[in-house]
Amino acid sequence: MKPLHLIPDDVNVSFLKFRKIFYIASLVMVLASVGMFFTKGLNFGIDFRGGILVEIKTDGPADINALRDNLGSLGLGDVSIQEFGEPDDVLIQLQRQDGDEQAQMAALAAVTEALGEDVTIRRSELVGPKVGSELKEAGFYSVVISLFLIMVYIWIRFEWQFAIASVAALLHDVLITIGFFVITGVQFDLATLAAVLTVAGYSINDTVVVFDRIREYLRKFRKMEIPDLLDLSINSTLARTTMTSFTTLLALIALFVFGGEAIRGFTMALIFGIVIGTYSSICVASPLLVVLRLKRKIPEAEEGQEANA
Amino acid sequence: MLYFTKLKATLVLLVCALGVLYAAPNFLPSGTLPTESSYLPGKQINLGLDLRGGSHMLLEVDTDSVLRERYDALADAIRTELRQEQIRNRPREATANGAEITILRPDDVEKAREIARTAEPNTELSGEGNNIVVTYNEVAYRELIDRAIAQSLEVVRRRVDELGTTEPSIQRQGENRIVVQVPGLDDPSRLRAILGRTAKMNFHLVNNEKTAAEARATGLPPGTMILPSADEGDGIREYLIDRRIVVSGDNLVDSQPTFSDGRPVVSFRFDAAGGARFGDITSKNSGRGLAIVLDGEVISAPRINEPILGGNGIITGQFSVQEANDLSLLLRAGALPAPMQILEERSVGPGLGQDSVEAGEFAAVLGLVFVIAFMVISYGRFGVYADIALLMNLILVLAVMSVLQATLTLPGIAGIVLTVGMAVDANVLVFERIREERRNGRSIINAIDAGYRSAMSTILDANITTLIAALVLFSFGSGPIKGFAVTLAIGIITSMFSAIWLTRLMIATWVKRSRPTELVI
Repeated sequence: MKPLHLIPDDVNVSFLKFRKIFYIASLVMVLASVGMFFTKGLNFGIDFRGGILVEIKTDGPADINALRDNLGSLGLGDVSIQEFGEPDDVLIQLQRQDGDEQAQMAALAAVTEALGEDVTIRRSELVGPKVGSELKEAGFYSVVISLFLIMVYIWIRFEWQFAIASVAALLHDVLITIGFFVITGVQFDLATLAAVLTVAGYSINDTVVVFDRIREYLRKFRKMEIPDLLDLSINSTLARTTMTSFTTLLALIALFVFGGEAIRGFTMALIFGIVIGTYSSICVASPLLVVLRLKRKIPEAEEGQEANA
Repeated sequence: MLYFTKLKATLVLLVCALGVLYAAPNFLPSGTLPTESSYLPGKQINLGLDLRGGSHMLLEVDTDSVLRERYDALADAIRTELRQEQIRNRPREATANGAEITILRPDDVEKAREIARTAEPNTELSGEGNNIVVTYNEVAYRELIDRAIAQSLEVVRRRVDELGTTEPSIQRQGENRIVVQVPGLDDPSRLRAILGRTAKMNFHLVNNEKTAAEARATGLPPGTMILPSADEGDGIREYLIDRRIVVSGDNLVDSQPTFSDGRPVVSFRFDAAGGARFGDITSKNSGRGLAIVLDGEVISAPRINEPILGGNGIITGQFSVQEANDLSLLLRAGALPAPMQILEERSVGPGLGQDSVEAGEFAAVLGLVFVIAFMVISYGRFGVYADIALLMNLILVLAVMSVLQATLTLPGIAGIVLTVGMAVDANVLVFERIREERRNGRSIINAIDAGYRSAMSTILDANITTLIAALVLFSFGSGPIKGFAVTLAIGIITSMFSAIWLTRLMIATWVKRSRPTELVI
């Protein structure tokens, strides 16, 4: 049996020819994400906003309306009640209560009491205002720090143009993934933030593979025009790029469908981010090198071996 | 790249064997595990609270109140000395920022400052004009806070131990926070109830000159205060009581829930000193009310009918059985040095944890089957090698996690699933490169060799960048996120081993044995 080749061996697509289209598409997506982020905003979960979350299991299908009446009458502000995966599984979320941590505690007690003995509490979470804002801050710094460290690493391993292009692609992926959350309104919590950071790691991984090849070809094909060389590099690595994304997506889709409701938002972020990351490493990162005027270093006789190291 | 020395090959196989050995306990029922004394490893992966069920609480000790109390006492001490020197002064409201006293005659300020300066070691003097402010210096401050936290940890531990759960973990975090993790707890509200209270209990005499209502109208008699009633069921909303503590809860040695006249009450026993004081007070104040004050509220104020000697007594109040149980537990475990607040709580019931484990396992196995099948379809024989390496990689992840006793959380399972997808990446890189080299007309052995050689730096670069993200996640992360970062980081490292060494060893052995004349890839 002949093994399957996802990408034909003689693939030769001129990605650089379409680069203007990619730039425009990416720019639109990034600007839309940022714009929506500041106007509509993320649907922050209680991890970042503070508040209360209770997941309950009822005997038989849950009567959402009755629950809403019951909990709405407690005077605890907005109560969000939704089915969670199964008809007898309900997720209740309360906004952060006015006042300090004590007020949150009292609200949680009131909710548990109002729910009574008939339901099983499967999970309860309470995040006070203090912890919420701390997590937000720490989350922001973790994104910034990992972006910075990755850029430093690329800078050490490659020319500066590569470092900038890879971080641009990385920001592109992170921003659009966040945009995805803004647009879909899927809740953004600690787990989804972790997913965004993983997307960052994955995206850079994908980009680095292409960049490695560009570096190699820069030494190998001394006479080739840079755009042609970039195209050749992208095409040579295209099989690997798609293959890896595909296997990763296979595993993630299994997790998305069968992994349970609790990590669905998390896997959704990963799946979306990996698709975007694959697109950006093919269509955005490498073409950007042209914009950044990547040049060959003239004297490099002694570096010839390094590409194979 | 295709040549392995005997030593190297043995090492690779040895790592794999150790991996299997250390991962094995996770597949055995817990009853059959080797015990501590055995030479065989018997550690299973530590499941996080989100998978095994349990409660996580982040508490903050109100260190300001400790300071306030200490500065209040310090101000008192200084004022006593000032009075001895006939220096007229006025106290300021106690704050956490220092002991503050106002000196009334400007002439006295110099002398007063001198007294305040020497009142207690490790303090600093400030304040302007006729105000004197004494604060603790860095050393004393730190010691004060550390002691308060250590005491709080101890009290929290005693309280949690009373719940009778296994392996609770209680740790200090940062300057003034405490993390409590209690696995397998069915009812977090109980934990909440016993951790949320300071449980400072004192006995005060009820003032017999006025009632609280009269005092509100005509002014408080000196040395008294008004405290609310804990329960308004008996019709009394407030009590006027003497400020002076007649017996403190620190003297309690035991407390038990019991019944009196068919109602739940709490019995207590004092130590020798407390018992003597209690006997003395109750002998001298027959007919007066004795207020039992818990955390600033009067639980009850029974009238003293006869001397209570022997140091035993009961507290009556409007208790439910549960409340009586909790109160006696709190009194046994002792009072916190300062109030605590619950900043964060995450509790997962045992049912949900079990469901999550099952769903995660199923998804992981399914994803694995997809990837394994796809690799074989894509790369034939080499795909099979990559799949063996992939399975080995999973075993190594389990083994490393068992050895390190790292915690597996729900996002951690996702991290493992993600590594399944990414672990084949290194192999994909190499195989694709071999395909290319073959197309460029290299011989089989040459192509495989070149494939590995050229892909190596890419594999390193690609994995190190992902590792950076994982490490940042680990250092920032709280609980579940840390679990994700751990499995991701371990998975990246083991996948590099399994892809670079193990697959290569298999391919090298195959090439050597069968001297292939054709390479289907």
